[in-house]
Amino acid sequence: MDVKENVPEFPGEIYKDETGKTNFLVSSVDAVANWARSNSLWPLSFGTSCCAIELMSTVSAKYDWSRFGFEVMRASPRQCDLIIVAGTITHKMAPVLKRLYDQMPEPRYVIAMGSCAVSGGPFFYNSYAVVRGVDNILPVDVYIPGCPPRPEALIQGMMTLQEKIRKSKAYVIQKPHKEAI
Amino acid sequence: MENIENLNNEQLMTEEFVINIGPQHPATHGVLRVEVTLDGETVKDILPHLGYIHRGIEKMSEHMGYKQSIYLTSRMDYLSAHINNHACSLLIEKACGIEVPERAKAIRLIMDELQRLTSHQLWWGSCAMDIGAVTPFFVGFRDRERILDLFEANTGNRLTMNYIVPGGVMRDVLPNFVSDVRDVIDEVKSNFKDYTKLITGNFIFRHRTQGVGYLTKESAISLGCTGPVARASGVQCDIRKLYPYDGYDKLDFKEITDPGCDSWARYFVRMEEMKQSIHIIEQLLENFPEGESRTKLKGVLRVPAGEYYQRVETARGELGVFMVSDGSTKPYRLKYRTPCFSNLGAVTAIGKGLKIADLMATMATIDLIVPDIDR
Amino acid sequence: MSKDELKNYLGQHFSEFSLTESFDFTELHVPKENILDVLKQLKESPATAFDFLFCETAVDRNPALELVYHITSTQYRHDLVVKTVLEDRENPVIESVYPLWTAAELYEDEIYDMFGIRFSNHPKLRRIMLTDEWVGYPLRKDYQDDKMIVK
Repeated sequence: MDVKENVPEFPGEIYKDETGKTNFLVSSVDAVANWARSNSLWPLSFGTSCCAIELMSTVSAKYDWSRFGFEVMRASPRQCDLIIVAGTITHKMAPVLKRLYDQMPEPRYVIAMGSCAVSGGPFFYNSYAVVRGVDNILPVDVYIPGCPPRPEALIQGMMTLQEKIRKSKAYVIQKPHKEAI
Repeated sequence: MENIENLNNEQLMTEEFVINIGPQHPATHGVLRVEVTLDGETVKDILPHLGYIHRGIEKMSEHMGYKQSIYLTSRMDYLSAHINNHACSLLIEKACGIEVPERAKAIRLIMDELQRLTSHQLWWGSCAMDIGAVTPFFVGFRDRERILDLFEANTGNRLTMNYIVPGGVMRDVLPNFVSDVRDVIDEVKSNFKDYTKLITGNFIFRHRTQGVGYLTKESAISLGCTGPVARASGVQCDIRKLYPYDGYDKLDFKEITDPGCDSWARYFVRMEEMKQSIHIIEQLLENFPEGESRTKLKGVLRVPAGEYYQRVETARGELGVFMVSDGSTKPYRLKYRTPCFSNLGAVTAIGKGLKIADLMATMATIDLIVPDIDR
Repeated sequence: MSKDELKNYLGQHFSEFSLTESFDFTELHVPKENILDVLKQLKESPATAFDFLFCETAVDRNPALELVYHITSTQYRHDLVVKTVLEDRENPVIESVYPLWTAAELYEDEIYDMFGIRFSNHPKLRRIMLTDEWVGYPLRKDYQDDKMIVK
């Protein structure tokens, strides 16, 4: 069989035999698994306030994010592996967010989009009902500042997450999460 | 197992069950939780639960100066950001007696009407998506991007602009503003043919919205509904006609009302409003005045003691700002009367007796933005 | 009716209550026992026909609490502000205007949540903006919360 010469993203080496045809693909399990995971992350549709509109602009035709593999935006957390927290998190919404995160299967990633999710944003001072930064509730992988961040900024944040996944260990035995639902 | 004819009503009884729609749901347009009591698929009772995005904007404003609390208003109804800033600016100008130059008034009105167009375009896309059609979502967002490019070049941001300030506008527009706006308007006008082909003339859409979600005129008045929701029930309540501000009384445009009272009427009123917005912008571009774009205000702003109220017409209805001032640099009480808060009562009133799919169609045409309800 | 005609009408029919002027509207000050009767009369009389309640809110004037109703008429397009004062700060109770205007349901829920004013004859008074376990009423001037508020 003949495989294309230059597959730049695929992490592996291609061995050719005497006739010039390809017979073996050699790579490590980690690299292949990370390549597959990073190129097909499915986000959860979770937008609370203004940043959700910029998220929807990134979904639509001008700043299309399905070129990066984020094709499908699912409504149920059981089918997703990424949650993009876009918008302010309040005292009443925090248990709901934690419950959604607990329902996601591993491996799961979190992007904090917008200054409200990063640190409380414009509502940092004098507000009685805002959680100052979503990293008080969830472990965050990538922070994207801006109020609201441009669609290109969100795409750069997603690409940073893809880089981070490619460099991580794919198969790690973890203790089961105690409060899993 | 007994013979089924011998069972009486008590043994065959079906029960009602209560389910939650939201707070994380693709069709509620924000974090709104609706607790619905169902009998099969018919809705018996609706109870909305709010507060999942309540950030305490009114309390925060009491600790900040007047110019600082204006930027929080764009985050309330973020699809009418210019119009919200306009309301606060008009209130402070009225209270302090500040004069605004003519060019600033024209720029403000053009930005307001462009903002109304973008809001209706986004509403059109998501309304069709709630009913089931996915293509109009992408079409609506694509058409909106042209106007957002214009906003970004002139004001600096796409969504939360803080461009309209007390005294005028933050900085003057670019030199080729008038021709840019004319190009954008021509594109928007030619897009209307797409909208008609996709949705307005669509047999399925018409059957899903005609006769569904009936809101009588007396209910609309008693519930305090304003905006397209009330105008589709025959109530004349356009603030631009009743209490005009910044030059609306010199412009020629129609107030669109429809006696239909159902979801189709609410859809139709918004589509016609888009055409009226284009007409207003064309009139403003013809006699675009020269001059200053801002009256400079010196130092920290102090408003004389008293109570003030200002109304504007956002894309969703009447926004009212009520301010109690005691003469210092911070407001004593600042209350925002937001349109979506009263329109939420319409959901409760209409929803009883509908099927779930019709409830979704109704909520799509009422056009709620949840941070506007919760502030 | 124009502003002056409205003032004359109110001066004739509600002569026992005081009238003041704010920047935009005329204000009618009513004691809390008569509030429902006065509003009912204003709504049902054909000369005034105030059928649209467009804002109901409360202001904390230390030590009293003040309720403000903004009403208008869709027929004649005149506006009025009706105010009433609640002296008791620990246990403020007043009658609800839900029987007159259905819009009052959500407004009064929010006033209960933020100020602690209870409304009798309300269909279902509950805390809508904050959680049910919240202690205190945030929009009062003496609200302290060192854990959540960062100055």
